[in-house]
Amino acid sequence: MPVELIGRKVGMTQWFDGDGRAVAATVIEVEPSVVVEVKTPDRHGYAAVQFGAGAVAERKVKRPILGQFRKIGIPPRKHLYEVRVDDPSRFSPGTEVGVDLFAAGEMVDVTGISKGKGFQGTIKRWRFHSRPRSHGHKWFRRPGAAGRGLTKVVKGRKYPGHDGAQRVTVRNLAVLAVDNGRRLLVVRGSVPGPRSGALRIRKHDA
Amino acid sequence: MTGMDDLIHALEAEQVREIPDFRPGDIVRFYEKVSEGARERLQPFEGVVLKISGSGTRTMMTVRKVAAGVGVERTVPVHSPRLERIEVVKRNAVRKSRPYWLRRVSRIHKIE
Repeated sequence: MPVELIGRKVGMTQWFDGDGRAVAATVIEVEPSVVVEVKTPDRHGYAAVQFGAGAVAERKVKRPILGQFRKIGIPPRKHLYEVRVDDPSRFSPGTEVGVDLFAAGEMVDVTGISKGKGFQGTIKRWRFHSRPRSHGHKWFRRPGAAGRGLTKVVKGRKYPGHDGAQRVTVRNLAVLAVDNGRRLLVVRGSVPGPRSGALRIRKHDA
Repeated sequence: MTGMDDLIHALEAEQVREIPDFRPGDIVRFYEKVSEGARERLQPFEGVVLKISGSGTRTMMTVRKVAAGVGVERTVPVHSPRLERIEVVKRNAVRKSRPYWLRRVSRIHKIE
């Protein structure tokens, strides 16, 4: 399992790729992650690394979590998350991992919470087709029949309801540029969520 | 958030290339890198600028020339790394920012 980093969506722009083509790109600010705890099979039953990232005021952190940071003597971080790794001995508490983990030309997967769309009909939410507005049609956007024979609606039936605000992963995005100074990552294409939304970025492995 | 826009502007600024100053109505010549198999050569294109749109890295220009009796208009990103260079051949004072009337002018190089 590759290491994940936490980032913040800055916004979208246009970028000239290696072939000189102008492509759509998303800029992500990657905050360096610090190793908070290393979990080993011997002590914890599984191998993982716990990371913290992003600045936060100490008064906003719950005390049990604050203790995790106190233990290794660093100020608390906004995000505390865990990533499974094969070889935890590569990591030691207090060390940092930053954008330099990635290089231009690599592929990454980006996970985020998509923008909330509110209560949506079946056409937007499930990509149903709408029916013709003319030629004698009476309804245009309604979901239609629920099924036949049964006196109930089958579970999982696609209906109107709350759309968006879900965890979404976009895989295989090409890294167009890495700016170590400003801690920015430029990725081809779009990424879930609003600007300033939190993202998780990891190297794509086949 | 203003800070985020600043970050994007700073990044975009890195992609802006040094280009000569020109305006719609001017005659420019740009050299485009064209790869033919393994070989890469420069293909010039000279014509009158009909339109400049966008700003920063996204600036686009539309250049028109008449090739073998056929009008050809190309719209290219001004800061594209595929353009080896842009030369200003002649500067013209036109009053419009979109001098489309130049399409009806046959002797482009003769305008003042």
